[in-house]
Formats: sequence, structure tokens, C-alpha cells
Amino acid sequence: MNEQAFTATIDKDQRIEPRDWMPDGYRKTMIRQIAQHAHSEIIGMQPEGAWITRAPSLRRKAILLAKVQDEAGHGLYLYSAAETLGADRGDLTRRLIEGRQKYSSIFNYPTLTFADVGVIGWLVDGAAICNQVPLCRSSFGPYARAMIRICKEESFHQRQGYELLMTMMRGTEAQRAMVQDAVDRWWWPSLMMFGPPDAESPNTAQSMAWKIKRHTNDELRQRFVDMSVPQAEALGVTLPDPDLRWNAEREHHDFGEIDWSELKRVISGDGPMNAERLANRRRADEDGAWVREAAAAHAAKRREATARERQEVPA
Amino acid sequence: MSFDDAYQALTDHDDDARWAYGTGFADPLAGVPTALPDGVDGADLAAYCLMLGDDALILSHRLQQWVTRAPELEDEMAIANIGLDLLGQARLLLTRAGEAEGAGRGEDDLAYLRDAPDFRHVRLVEREDPDFGHLIARLLVFSTWRLALLDRLATSRDPVLAAIGAKGVKEVTYHREYAAGWTVRLGDGTDLSHRRMQDAIDAVWPLTGEFFAPHDVELRLATAGVAVEPASLRSEFDAVLTEVLHVATLDQPAPVTVGRTGRDGEHGDELAAILAEMQELARATPGGVW
Repeated sequence: MNEQAFTATIDKDQRIEPRDWMPDGYRKTMIRQIAQHAHSEIIGMQPEGAWITRAPSLRRKAILLAKVQDEAGHGLYLYSAAETLGADRGDLTRRLIEGRQKYSSIFNYPTLTFADVGVIGWLVDGAAICNQVPLCRSSFGPYARAMIRICKEESFHQRQGYELLMTMMRGTEAQRAMVQDAVDRWWWPSLMMFGPPDAESPNTAQSMAWKIKRHTNDELRQRFVDMSVPQAEALGVTLPDPDLRWNAEREHHDFGEIDWSELKRVISGDGPMNAERLANRRRADEDGAWVREAAAAHAAKRREATARERQEVPA
Repeated sequence: MSFDDAYQALTDHDDDARWAYGTGFADPLAGVPTALPDGVDGADLAAYCLMLGDDALILSHRLQQWVTRAPELEDEMAIANIGLDLLGQARLLLTRAGEAEGAGRGEDDLAYLRDAPDFRHVRLVEREDPDFGHLIARLLVFSTWRLALLDRLATSRDPVLAAIGAKGVKEVTYHREYAAGWTVRLGDGTDLSHRRMQDAIDAVWPLTGEFFAPHDVELRLATAGVAVEPASLRSEFDAVLTEVLHVATLDQPAPVTVGRTGRDGEHGDELAAILAEMQELARATPGGVW
């Protein structure tokens, strides 16, 4: 395969597979995007994981534990997809904990109450789904296939989050206040998950041409707003945006201006929880080093033993 | 803006079956009769279900504390999976305890509203793991014992316990395999890992005596064909541990005996911290629905 064949494959809407020829820029972009996605899954285990031991019913505890386990699974598929392009999971993890690769800035906000677990499911997973469903048709085969499974599981998590909120809204006044407070805190950060506005998104044009990306940030953000408004009404909460209203002419909801300076601050490492999230990940990596070394040493001894046995037995 | 068909596929709401690990809405005991078997004392059966249920609930809590801290992603998944299995067993057993008691208490009442002296788990499950070796050592001895127990429980005269036993055997077989695999890797791996794994085995071993110390409730229910007689599990436990520790090049500590146990409500200080964490939110929201 060569550049011509690569372009033809893209043009025909077919998949690029790991052994196919691809431009260096495409490979680098894919590794970066998949690694950042994997890192987001792994760091994203922390905000909700903090509530597993404190979950207020055994059923919610089981649901939450299973969800956080799914996120570890998503991280695993994604690191594996990055490895098909020549990346190494250990190296990518080092880049994460040294702050050289990013993860989704949404996980740098704290989870203050159990309602946050529901709102993360509803809004954060909802936004993630809007972003990720088009990636099921990404031009890179292993990523597209991983995304299909991930999107199915994410949509399950979204329904569970929404169902938790519905249940809490039927509970006490204090619980309803807890849900509204969580919505107030997570709404704007969720809108920021779609990235900077199209006019300021430097990578969008190339990623669209390579069919790594299928819709612009602003298109996806609009879709998310339109999807969330009726859900908020059904739930009985108010989205914290006085400018949010239906625009009959556009057939979309208008919404207020996002505080882009906050997004820049959080992306550049100054969010409320950046340092703690990375410190936790670094500690787990360091604490597990002796275990990984032991596993490697044991595997090496086994290989030597097998090789010796083969030598001793005449063919 | 046009979106892909995949988006529509996500709104199909009929894929709940793939949701494993007991978090789905299907009742794993559907169709199992719940009436108490003839000649079985409800209070005894409730106490026995609490013993086995609390073992699973408290160990699951300790495993939940490992989430995001595992040495590799594969272990992150395995530990969560084992924690989920045990949580599922705890839910079934606490529910059965409530039914046998007949006072209208459900799984959440029993998990969240009891105080430390009313918990009936063995003390092994309470301790905090200082490192991954301790997690593995505890899981090895616990799952070896519990697999032997659930295997025999599958023939209990109580149909609910029999179903829980049969379901649990499949789960705990994997838990034991996972723990044995890491015991061998750490025992055989490096000098450091060998030392840490031996320290961990030495630390959990004194607590294994409780597994085989018979409680009056267990003995009465064993006679009635409902429970498993604890002492009957010792030979299987010893045989498995001897084999695994030998392959792992680790020393097997001397057998231990015990006096009063967690089965009598005797617990260490660590249980107070576990319950404070587990029960705080549920107790802080009176009338709350979750």
C-alpha cells in the first residue's frame, strides 16, 4: 500500500488497518487521540470510583463498581488499539503521569455528592456518547471497532445515571436539591467536553479530511444541548443557563457563551483536581512496580525452564 | 446534521442481558422456592446467612478500596470483578437472612443499619491490605476456604442456599485461580516479591483458624442438612494451600487454633472504620431513596 492506496481507501470510506501504509501524521494523530481517550477512561475511574465504598444501597454499589470496571476495560481496549500502531502501553502511561499527554479535562472536577454519580452518567457520559458515536466510523479499523463496544457500554451507563437521578428526584427535598446542585456544577463543564469552538480548533480540518473525525466540535455540542433539554425537563431540573431557549428558525436550542478561559485553565493543568488525579495514578503505578517486575521475572524463569527442557529432550 | 445508524442502535433498550455480575435487574434466584425447609429454625438460618453474607460484604469492601490502585489494568478488572461477585453473593445472602428472620428487613437494612457487634464475618476479611501481596494472600486463603464451602452448600436442604452455593462455585473457582496465579508469580518472581509474599502469608495465616472453628448455629444447621460443618473443610483447604505454596516456593506456617471469633461478633478496630465509610451516606439521608 502507498499514499495513493491510502487516499483511495479513505475516499471509499473503507478502513485503514494497522499493517497498511499510512502517512506519519495520520499515525501520530491516531496514537495521540487513542492514547488520550485511553487516559481519559483510566483517570475517569477516579471521580466516581471514590463513591463505590460509600454508595448508599447495595444495588447502586454494584452498578457503580461494574461501571468503573467497564471504564478499566475501555482503557484496556484503547491502549491495545494504540499498540497496533506501534505504541507501548507502559510508555503511554509514563507520558500520562509525567503530564506529557492529556486526558479529558472533565475529570478534573470534584465529585462532591452521590448525585454527581448520576449526573456524570447522564451528562458526562451523554456528551461522551455524542462525541464517540461518529468515531465508530473512524477510518482507523481497530479504533472504530473498539468504539462500537465502548459506545454500547457508555449508553448503558448513561441510562443508569439518569435512572439514579429520576429515583433521587422522587425522594426527599434534600435529595432533589442535591441533584439540582450537581446539575449546576456539571452542565458547563459537560459543554466544554466538545472542545474549543470550530473557529479555534486547529486539528479539526485535517482530522475531518482523514475521516478520523466526522463532525465538528460545535455540531456535536449543539446535538448534545438539543438532546439534553427535554431530558432535563422530564427530570424536573433547571439547566443553569438563562440564555437557553428554543430557536424555531434554526430548529435548535440557542445557549449562552461558554467560559473558554475556564476550559483553557483546566486543560493547562489548573483545574481543581488535576494534581490529585495525576498523583493517584502515579502512586498506583509506583506501588505496582514491584509486582510487575516479579511477574516479568517469573515469566523469564519459565521461558528459560521451557527452553532447557526442549534442549534436554532429543527431537 | 445527520448522524449514523449506530446512534439509533444505542437506543435499543433490550440489551440488559449482557450486563453481568449481578447488577442487572434479573433475579438470579428466579424460580427458587423461598419457604423455609421443614424443621429449620428461622433465627438459626438468618444467623448463618449473615455469617456467609458478611464475609462476602466486608471482603468486597476491602477489594473496592483497591479500585484505581491495581498494579496493571488487567488486575484492576480482575479485582473489581471479584469484588462484584462477592457483593452479589452478599446481596443474596443478606436478603435470605432477612426472609428467614421474618421481621421485614431487607439487604440494605442489614448492610447499612447494623452496628459492629451485629456483624458475623470472620476477622480475616476486615484487615486492611498493606500491599498487593496481602490482597493476594488473603484472597488465596479466603477463596480456597469459600470454594470448598460453597461446593458443599450446593447440596443444602435450603433451596436458596443451594442455589447460592451452585452459583458461587463458578465465581469463586476463578477467584482462587487468580489468587493462586499471583501467589506463584510473586513467590517465584524476585527476592523482594518472594519476601513480601511470604510476609503476607505469615500475616494472614493466624486468622485462618477461624474458618474451621465450629459455631453452635453452624453445627445445629449442619445436623439439619442445611449448613456446612466448618471442620469438614479443613482437609481440602490444607491440600490446596500446601500445593500452591510449594509451587510458589513459600513456607507454610504452622496450623493455628482460635477462641472466640468474628462469628460471635468479636471484631477488631478496623471494622469501625469500614462501617463508618460504608454506612455514612445511607444513614445521613433519612427517608432517602436510591
